[in-house]
This record gives sequence, C-alpha cells and structure tokens, in this order.
Amino acid sequence: MLTASFRDALEVVLKSGNFLNRELARRYQLWLVRDRFYKASGVRNLTFFQGAHICRRVGKVSGDPTLERIARGNALALCAAGSWTARFAPMLERMVADAEKLSGTRPNIFIDVSQVSRLDTFGAWLIERLRRSLTHGGVEAEIAGLSDNYSSLVDEVRRVKAEPVVDADRVTITGMLEQIGRAVAGIGGTLIGLIDMLGAVLSATAHVIIRPRGFRLTSTIHHLEQVCWRAVPIVVLITFLIGCIISQQGIFHFRKFGADIFVVDMLGVLVLREIGVLLVAIMVAGRSGSAYTAELGSMKMREEIDALRTMGFDPIEVLILPRMLALVLALPILAFLGAMAALYGGGLVAWLYGGVEPEAFLLRLRDAISIDHFVVGMIKAPVMAAVIGIVACVEGLSVQGSAESLGQHTTSSVVKGIFFVIVMDGVFAIFFASIGM
Amino acid sequence: MAGEISDAIIRVRDITVQFGKTRVLDGLNLDVKRGEILGFVGPSGAGKSVLTRTIIGLVPKIAGSIEVFGVDLDAASAAERRGVERRWGILFQQGALFSSLTVRQNIQFPVREYLRISQRLLDEIMVAKLGMVGLRPEVADRYPSELSGGMIKRVALARALALDPELVFLDEPTSGLDPIGAGDFDELVRTLQRTLGLTVFMVTHDLDSLYTACDRIAVLGNGKIIAAGSIADMQASQHPWLRQYFHGKRARAVMG
Repeated sequence: MLTASFRDALEVVLKSGNFLNRELARRYQLWLVRDRFYKASGVRNLTFFQGAHICRRVGKVSGDPTLERIARGNALALCAAGSWTARFAPMLERMVADAEKLSGTRPNIFIDVSQVSRLDTFGAWLIERLRRSLTHGGVEAEIAGLSDNYSSLVDEVRRVKAEPVVDADRVTITGMLEQIGRAVAGIGGTLIGLIDMLGAVLSATAHVIIRPRGFRLTSTIHHLEQVCWRAVPIVVLITFLIGCIISQQGIFHFRKFGADIFVVDMLGVLVLREIGVLLVAIMVAGRSGSAYTAELGSMKMREEIDALRTMGFDPIEVLILPRMLALVLALPILAFLGAMAALYGGGLVAWLYGGVEPEAFLLRLRDAISIDHFVVGMIKAPVMAAVIGIVACVEGLSVQGSAESLGQHTTSSVVKGIFFVIVMDGVFAIFFASIGM
Repeated sequence: MAGEISDAIIRVRDITVQFGKTRVLDGLNLDVKRGEILGFVGPSGAGKSVLTRTIIGLVPKIAGSIEVFGVDLDAASAAERRGVERRWGILFQQGALFSSLTVRQNIQFPVREYLRISQRLLDEIMVAKLGMVGLRPEVADRYPSELSGGMIKRVALARALALDPELVFLDEPTSGLDPIGAGDFDELVRTLQRTLGLTVFMVTHDLDSLYTACDRIAVLGNGKIIAAGSIADMQASQHPWLRQYFHGKRARAVMG
C-alpha cells in the first residue's frame, strides 16, 4: 500500500508532463483503479510495480472475447479480454447483456480492458454500454487499462446518446381504413393530374403550331422509331396468334350448328372494331407507356427536368410533346397492322382447320363488314394513344427521389393506362351505338 | 524488401485494363501498406476510379493479378471473396446510397446481413457511426433524396465503416464539400485511421487532403504509377505534371 504522499508526488509528476512515457502513465492509472479495487475488496498489500492484475493474463492474444467476473467484498471487476470486434458482436452482446444484470449488486465496479487485444466500434460501444448500465446510484463504473490507441475510439462512442428504439409503424385497422380513404381521395387527384397534363400538352401544341420552329422533329422521329417501327414484329405476331385462336374457337363451336362460315363475320367485326385496337393499345401501354414513365422518371430523379426548365425550355414541349405525337401516330398504324395480321391468321386457320377456302373467306368478309367497323377502330386508336401517353407522362413526372418510387410509378403507369384504355373503349362503344355506327 | 511485400495489404501487379481500343491501365504496379493512408492522384480521366473499381472487382482486367489481404482475388473461391469483401468498405464517388432505404437502414444493411445482433445494438451502432462521421442522430430516418451532398458523403462513409473494415476505399471523398467540411473529413479519416487501425486508399484531387491526411502519395499517369512517395518526394519530383500539380497556383495557396 502506497502512502498518500507518494501518490500525490506521482500525480504531480504526471501532471507536469515530464513523465517517462505514456505507457507508464497508463500503468499508473490502471494501478490506481486496481488499488481502489483491492481496497474495496479488503486486500491491503499492493505495491506499484507489483503485477497487480485484477484479471489473470489470458494466454491467447487474438482469441474469442471473454468477460470474466471477479467479485471480492464490496468490489466487482469485469475483465474483458480477447478481440472485441464486429466479428464477435453477437457473442459480445450476449455477454454484455448478462453482465448488465449485475448493476447495483456492489458499490464499486471496475471494467478492466487491459487484456483486450483488439477493439473496434462494436466492442468499444458494448464496453461503454456496460459502463453506463453498471453506473448505479451516482457511482460510476470505471474503465481501466485502456490502451492509448483505443482511447480516442472510446471517447468517440462515449458521446453517443442511446436513443430509444423506435417501433416500426404498426398495422392497425384504423391505419388500413385511413389508407383506403387516402387512396379513394387520390383518385380525384389522379383525374385532375390527367386533365392538367392534357391542358399542358394542348397548350404546348398550340404554341408549336404558332411557332413551328419550336417543334422537335428529330426527337419525334426518334420516338416514332421506338414506339412504332420497333413494336411492329411483336404486335403483328401477337395479333396474328389471337386471330388464329378466335378463328379456331369460332369454327369449333359454330360447327355444332353448321354455321362455320359465320366465323368470318365474328372475326371481321371483332378484329376491326374491338380486339385489334384494344389489344394493340394494351400492348403499347405495357411496352411504350412504361418506357416513357421510366425515362421521364429517371430524368426527374437526376434533376435533368429541372435543368431544362432553368435553361428556359418547357419540358412539356421538349420531352412530352414529341413522345405524345409519336404515340398518337404510332397506335393507328400498329392497330391497322395488327388487324390485318389478325385477319390473316384467322383466315389461315379457317382454311386449314375449318376448310373455308380463301376466296370464300374474302367474299364473306366483304359482305360481313362495312367500312364503319374499320373507321370505328381507327377513330379509337389515336384517342387511346393520347390517354396512354398522358398517363405515362403524369406518372413519370411524379417520380420522387428513390428507385422504389420509380418502380411504383412505372407499374402504376401501365395499370392506369390499361384501365383508362378499357374505360375509353366502353365510352366509345356507347357513343357509336347511339349514333348508329 | 521482403518485409515490405508481406506488409502490403493490397498488391497490384502488372494489371492492364482496356475499354474497346483505349488502354486505360497499362501494366500497373502498386502496393498499399497496412495502416497507411495512400492518396492517389492523377489528371482527370487518367483512370484513378478505374483502378479503384478494378481492385474491388467491378471492372474486368485483361492481365495482371490483384491481392488483397494476401488473397489473390482471381483465384479466390466465392467464400474467400466474401470474406475479403466483408473486411473492406467502399465510399463511392456519388455515395451510392440505396435510394429506397432510410439513412438508418442504409447503415444497418451490411451489419444486418453479416451479424445476428439485436435491433437495439443495430440502432446504437448506427448512432455511433453517424456520430463518428459528424452527423446528428436526427437524420437517421431521412431518405437519401432528402440529404445534402455533404451529408450523402458522410452517410456513405458511415455505411462503408459499418462493419469496422480494415481497408477503406474512398473515391474523391471531399469533392463537393465546403472547405471546412472537407477539412473535417480529412481529420475524420485521420482519426478513424488511428483509432480503428484502418488502411485507407483515397482517390482525391484535394491538395489539402494530400497535405493533411495522407501518409504516402501515388501518382497515376499514362496507365502507370509515375511516382509514389511522401509529399516531400512529390514536391521534389521533376515530372512535368507533378511540378505543375504541386507548384501551381492552388498548391502554393495551400502551402501558404
């Protein structure tokens, strides 16, 4: 046991900064803590340079971490050893959680970290957490034997304020009802957004008509290539197959009544009036509507649209008008090609499967359909294209900063596009029926 | 010499990278020693980022070998590679935060994947990491799109440090930060290097960073390392680009 005067002298030497080296300072600090530990535990024979480890030296240097407890009298020492690093975090957390239960069992608690071979943020924080939870009734648990390398790390985590864990949003019935309510209210917002965009596009169109130099021909042609020319193979293939299927099913069922030849009527009316344009519109919504939304959305995310606006350009005129125009031109062309492919496919199946000769098919087709059916289909096509385009552009411009949002809006562009196409088809059906076309 | 080699945490030997007909790196050799902060400079477009991306395996090379932590990355099995990837952290130039996750989730993501620890510890570690990079815990529930450029850098660094890696790649960490922020960042890298014993591979253009943070500097030019050494070596070099770089107007301003 050292005399008080010797300790004072040591402290003076320490504070004067003329001490031999930092290692000795560390040892002194460690020793002071140990001295207090032994005092509290009743041992009274300790000299400064005596080994005086509270903890036994652990043989392996970089082994698994351990936290040993040594209790004597009023004192408790927790000896951390091994590598206190992220790799062992799950183990460390359990050990620390166990040790935290000792809080308040003894008035003097020391945490000796002199045997810790490696320490990182995980280890440092867990030691700090242990220190905090063992601090009881105004008596702070002390950390001893911290090596110089790690002291700044421990200082760093000491500044961390433990915040209560925030619970994630719970799923509640009111919450679900609220979501439904918001979704319903959102429908109005969607409609207003569409009308807003329609107005913006019309006004940009008027602007371009007055000042044709503002029209972007190159861009329009580029988009025309994307949405029309490159879509031809897939559109023709799918409508061809649909024509085949309609024809085959028609013949299969009509044959029961001996009315094979009426399959031509069904095919002609269905393809020219409804299926041709509707099917192509749905394909275009999936193929080009989604592409428009994704393009505009990622431009929005990267502030490209803001950049355009600050340069004095109207994004509607530069980005949206060429896309809309390309789509409005493309859909009638694709619908026409699709209808032809479907008729061709239907005719082929009627011939091969139903034995309807091509001449008979064409004669019957001429009788069965009038120009009205074709006109009805062609009138619908550009309107549906406009609906798809407007929905896609509105969705594209409402993309927020995240990749998730881009995905959501692209999905919603296709879903809404198809929905509005079908609604428009219904409206057209009523309209043409009432004017007798 | 032998000691130096065994001490190297990254060993790059004769790597060649080519895009189409342009040869970006041409038989490049580089050692990064354990515990040092290596500043990596070179003219824009010289291939600094390409080298970084080649070392971490994002850009294919046509020749040469790369060893990290003594593991040859070409010969390594998938498990060995994962082991290496867990021991390094990467700060991308633009941050590359996951845009649909909050700051909290971004930082916790690698930890959650590799370690089975409680949500409480995850949150505490996240707060500690945020504190280390100089951010307040309040930003934890913001999305990357709601952060400023400097904050994105810091969060990205916090994410790179989430698993307490031994090696960190920083691709232009101080670009886009104000001078005070950049100074803090350098200081931060220094502190982390000291406390965590990090090895830092830093691509930078910032002369201040070179002077205050880096132990050693390597210069890339014509697809090769044209010089490597301390800042004093760089200043003494007679290479024209180096002379311009270290004795130009901006360099003089930094040196005072």
